[in-house]
Amino acid sequence: MFRRPNLYTSYEAENQIFPTWTQRGLAALAIIILLLMPFDVPVISQIPIVRFLGDSNWLRPVATMFIILVGALGFNLLAGVAGQVSLGHAFFMGAGAYTAAFLGGEGTDAVYGLGLPIWIWLPGAGVGAALVGMIIAPVAVKLRGLYLAIVTLGLVFIGIHMGNTSWGKKFAGDPGLGRSFPTFDIRLWKEEEPLLLMDDDSKWLWFEVSDSQKTYFFTLVIAIIALLVAKNLARSKTGRALQAIRDRDIAAEVMGVSEFRYKLIAFAVSSFFAGVSGAMFASLAGKLPAIQWNLFLSVEFVAIILIGGAGTVAGTVMGTVFVILLPLMIEELTIWLSEQIDQGGLFSPVANFLLTEGPDDFGPISIATQTPGWPLNVFDWNIALYGLLIIVFLIFEPLGLYGIWISIRNYWKGWPFSY
Amino acid sequence: MADSSSSSPLAGLIKSPSLMALAAIVAAAAVFLVLQAANDPYTFLQALMKSFGLGAVYALIALGFVLIFKATQVVNFAQGALAMSGALFVSFMVSDGHIPFTTIRNPLVDMSPSWLGWFLSVLVALAVAAILGLIIERLTIRPMVGEPLFSVAVLTLGLEIFLRVFNNDAVKIEFRSLEVPWGVDGFNIGEAFVSWSYIAAMITAAVAFVAVFFFYRSRMGIAMRAVAYDQEAAMAQGINVGRVFAIAWAAGAVLAAIGGIFATQPPVAQTGAVQVETQLIAFRTLPAVILGGLDSVQGALIGGLIIGFAEIMAGQYASGQTDILGAGYPLIVPYVVMIIGLLIRPYGLFGTPEIRRV
Repeated sequence: MFRRPNLYTSYEAENQIFPTWTQRGLAALAIIILLLMPFDVPVISQIPIVRFLGDSNWLRPVATMFIILVGALGFNLLAGVAGQVSLGHAFFMGAGAYTAAFLGGEGTDAVYGLGLPIWIWLPGAGVGAALVGMIIAPVAVKLRGLYLAIVTLGLVFIGIHMGNTSWGKKFAGDPGLGRSFPTFDIRLWKEEEPLLLMDDDSKWLWFEVSDSQKTYFFTLVIAIIALLVAKNLARSKTGRALQAIRDRDIAAEVMGVSEFRYKLIAFAVSSFFAGVSGAMFASLAGKLPAIQWNLFLSVEFVAIILIGGAGTVAGTVMGTVFVILLPLMIEELTIWLSEQIDQGGLFSPVANFLLTEGPDDFGPISIATQTPGWPLNVFDWNIALYGLLIIVFLIFEPLGLYGIWISIRNYWKGWPFSY
Repeated sequence: MADSSSSSPLAGLIKSPSLMALAAIVAAAAVFLVLQAANDPYTFLQALMKSFGLGAVYALIALGFVLIFKATQVVNFAQGALAMSGALFVSFMVSDGHIPFTTIRNPLVDMSPSWLGWFLSVLVALAVAAILGLIIERLTIRPMVGEPLFSVAVLTLGLEIFLRVFNNDAVKIEFRSLEVPWGVDGFNIGEAFVSWSYIAAMITAAVAFVAVFFFYRSRMGIAMRAVAYDQEAAMAQGINVGRVFAIAWAAGAVLAAIGGIFATQPPVAQTGAVQVETQLIAFRTLPAVILGGLDSVQGALIGGLIIGFAEIMAGQYASGQTDILGAGYPLIVPYVVMIIGLLIRPYGLFGTPEIRRV
């Protein structure tokens, strides 16, 4: 059906990941661009993200974004597809991170660590978190709606506290400093020389590859795998069962969808994603205290799902890009604005209005990092913006960025008619 | 789908082995506490008064949650930020002697006797908190009428994050004292030390619960209960649902602010000043709300007292195991009690089970 892209003759055809050739082309183009972006290729390296976040600095935030995307896909499966809104995603990420640290980390007197290679600790992190999720699931099945959200919120606090206990310290290290996590180095077993060392520069084929470029590729590959798994799960029998439970749980059970079974699956798979994401997040950070797995991280996932569009994989991707990169964009924008003031550029009136440099200046953004009183600095504004964006999207666009995209698409589909 | 909750709780207790085990644990803890009380009555009395003080603070904040939930069916996650904002308003009024957000000298602070000036200033601060609640309700909650309840709850999470930034900014450099007239002093019963703030919290909680009890019997209160029961039907009877929402949020914000004042006092904190941790009081209170039942006023009181009792007693008598339990373990006790309580009664002790229809 080359000329009639929306004419589906079978369920399989309609249910494809990319039903039209345009979408397939765009997806292929996106992957090619993502693969070439780290290199100095003429056109692609001029893409705003690359230039705007700084030539060499942008790789790390984008790698973080891919890692958060893995967790967000898991959260979308639980909260968006199955409708079980949990605030405990950070707890499951932490569970994965410490499983990874136990399996792959260096063991010392203070902390456990088996020093196993990445092909064990990365899936192991997911499995560990999934097991924790399966322990939680029977409780979760009994609870509905906000009761579930609050119990999982309690889990986050209990999880952070575990880092304070004498046995928790064996996994999490010192409560203030944290422990060091395994690196992304790829080994066959515990040998000294890894197959692929992540933290130095090397040469692949005819490319010079730096350490952050390697991390970028590694996280990109994991993110693409996670995307495929999440998308396939959402459009399979399991995904339909989860949606049925979300929409009307009693009706779903009447139709033979076992509520317990599928909620267990949802929690297990979602926690698996969270665990992998948490392990990679910790690994990228190198050293993290247990307090890092806090409620704010959980709310970040809620924000991603809501801003992107709950229940859709595409929306999750949009939400992650928006939520993770927006703060960085704002930081860069602030720096750029302050440069505008210094150089007297075209936008210096705007910058003068927005920024506060002296004591008698009443712009809302302060340039100094430590500011008492009214002009908040960029970091504070970013956090406030999170909250504000959640509110604004919920009030004005409950379907999120995905909903905006759909309405734009429908407008142009029907153009010049309004329907 | 009313499962075991419809049958007698005692019959359920005998049937279920896990409940029997739990009852055995509770009985053992009770015996242990009685033995401790007989052994060292003053330590026990001190812990008991402390637990009542903490329970009263929890009950106060839980009441704010319940008021808002009963009227609007929303768990207000922003309650902690509202509590801190309220406490900050009090601090702006009494500590700097300024009327909030102005440089105008507050005449109430200079009134003598000083406690009168303090109380009048707090009343004004609570009025400002109520206005904040009204503004939030009008701008963010009213447009969401008819939306899924979870969306509104997440919206309050957004509010919490948003308000938190500004609250934290106010106490970033130094804590802000509230200059409460009773201070951090107390009195002794034998060898047991009782802080005045425990008594103040208990009295305030008692007044608040009695006030809410009578409020629910007033014309507006009946309207609020009708709205809680069925929004559309209440609207059809000519009840102004918007006004009910507004009053619930104003009352919730005031209760949060009062709770915020006590969150700076012993037993919650020792400094008597607003600090970053003040807003965590709402997250610490959530177990009490959930244990009592989200839509039950007496549940808020009893849940608050149970959670306060469990937290203080665990802190008092399990401190020998701090190494295994971890430093600061009493703060986790409420969550553990909540999860165990919910396993047995999924809608809390006094909560109404949700009726699910196909």
